Amino acid sequence: MDWSLKRLWLVFCLAVALVLVMVCPGCKNRSRRAVSVVGSTSIQPFAELLAGEFHKKAPDIEIDVQGGGSTAGIQALATGIADIGTCSRSLSTEEAALYKGIVIARDGLAVVVHQSNPINGLTRQQIQDIFSGKITNWRDVGGPDMVVRPVSREEGSGTREAFTKLVMDNVLVASSALTQESNGAVKELVRGDPGAIGYMSLGLSGGIKCLSIDGVVPSASTVASGQYPLVRPFLFVVKGAPRPEAQRFIDFVLSSQGQRLLESEGLVKVQ
Amino acid sequence: MKREKIISVVLAMVAMSGIAGLALITAYIFKEGLPIIVRVGLKDFLLSGDWHPLEGKFGIFSWIVGSLAVTLGAMIIGGLLGLSCAVVLTQFCPRRLVVVLKPAIELLAGIPSVVYGFMGVMILVPWIRQHLGGPGLSVLAAAVVLGIMVLPTVTSISMDALRAVPRSYRDGSIALGATGWQTTHMVILKAAKSGIMASLILGMGRAIGETMAVIMVAGNTLDLPHGILDPVRTLTSNIALEMSYASGDHRKALFATGVVLFVIIMILNSIALAVSSKRARKAGVR
Repeated sequence: MDWSLKRLWLVFCLAVALVLVMVCPGCKNRSRRAVSVVGSTSIQPFAELLAGEFHKKAPDIEIDVQGGGSTAGIQALATGIADIGTCSRSLSTEEAALYKGIVIARDGLAVVVHQSNPINGLTRQQIQDIFSGKITNWRDVGGPDMVVRPVSREEGSGTREAFTKLVMDNVLVASSALTQESNGAVKELVRGDPGAIGYMSLGLSGGIKCLSIDGVVPSASTVASGQYPLVRPFLFVVKGAPRPEAQRFIDFVLSSQGQRLLESEGLVKVQ
Repeated sequence: MKREKIISVVLAMVAMSGIAGLALITAYIFKEGLPIIVRVGLKDFLLSGDWHPLEGKFGIFSWIVGSLAVTLGAMIIGGLLGLSCAVVLTQFCPRRLVVVLKPAIELLAGIPSVVYGFMGVMILVPWIRQHLGGPGLSVLAAAVVLGIMVLPTVTSISMDALRAVPRSYRDGSIALGATGWQTTHMVILKAAKSGIMASLILGMGRAIGETMAVIMVAGNTLDLPHGILDPVRTLTSNIALEMSYASGDHRKALFATGVVLFVIIMILNSIALAVSSKRARKAGVR
């Protein structure tokens, strides 16, 4: 085989490859596909539960639940990958202009410490000082002489944004804070480290020590009554009018059955 | 004859589309990443430790140091262990044992990285926290986990290099009165040097690119680490942690981080290629 022929082939093949690459994005637009629910890792376990229940009622509709983070959910919604974005914080003003947020439940933000930690409660100011790096020893808040290790979440996490808004009040989280990328990872870390303090969804905080905030013990009833100060909404976010299948799922979540399910899992239903 | 031609065309097309895909990915990463490097300035981007994407500060120095520290640690652990394994398996081990041990080590390469990370979080991190202090999530934890992950790469490629040393070298050395260990470290290891280097560099490439296991055990702080017990964030984990959130310039800065990683890995791989082709040439002359 001579060189020119080889070269011709190469060009030809490259062209074919390019065409393949160009055409591929078009394959995604299948007409019948599962309702895709993408976003907050805090909402994910609840959405999976709801999807399972819903699938029993409407076996013809598949619900596909994914995590990734609240902001990722909204981005997936913007690019059309998701039918419903889940978001565990309030929408920003720009987001609120583009999308509609439907509150499906309310969730407390639990501040969690190791089982052996004698501290039972902190004020919001103390928590802010701990996470901003001003307080570095448990001694300073009445605990044992032990280094405090704040555990934060990655940027873009709805839990982090809710925490920043409700507790930090525009004070930056210290750059020395450990960063974990899910509620589960925060829980696992705090459960193993006697000096750690973290924050996570109250609905997922079973089996770990939660602190009372400003003297209020976190529980479904104090969240519902509005006494517990760290409460955030769980949102389903949609762009325009969702597909009928997606709308049926949203209706199910807001129905008394869906709400009861969320309540039994430790969330607070919307009135 | 005709059929043969058709098959070769089809195969060439398949191969070419793979290469075209790679080219497109490369072009895209550079297209997204380069403008922000130019705007921020290469020096500021690489040598400033200020990473506040929301305020327009993009300095990835801490992540570069983090990646290098973790990779260096991994190479010390994985390189030493892997090379020792290779020496033992090729020089001192009875053949029957090698038949069992070599596949066992190579099997390590097949374990998904998240499993290594999980083991690290559940066993290694609490151990470091209790016995050595600090938060446990640390440079050390990441280095140990990565060290074990690069072990199969280093071992199997070093073994090939050690096996490629001609039998006559060994016989000659023994005939001159050298002991087995003298022969190994003065003759065999020297002769296989370039292959061993290549194995270390390929292992390094794997260590620097690993993400999942590192996110799980490294702690991911924004701060520069001051010791091996401090938590650290690497280039790869920074991309993985923030990509879901990033938009606009922040997203581009993450692509730029990808460009830096790409260049580092290209350099490592070219060195590995150059070193091993030198070896091939040498072998050819003989």
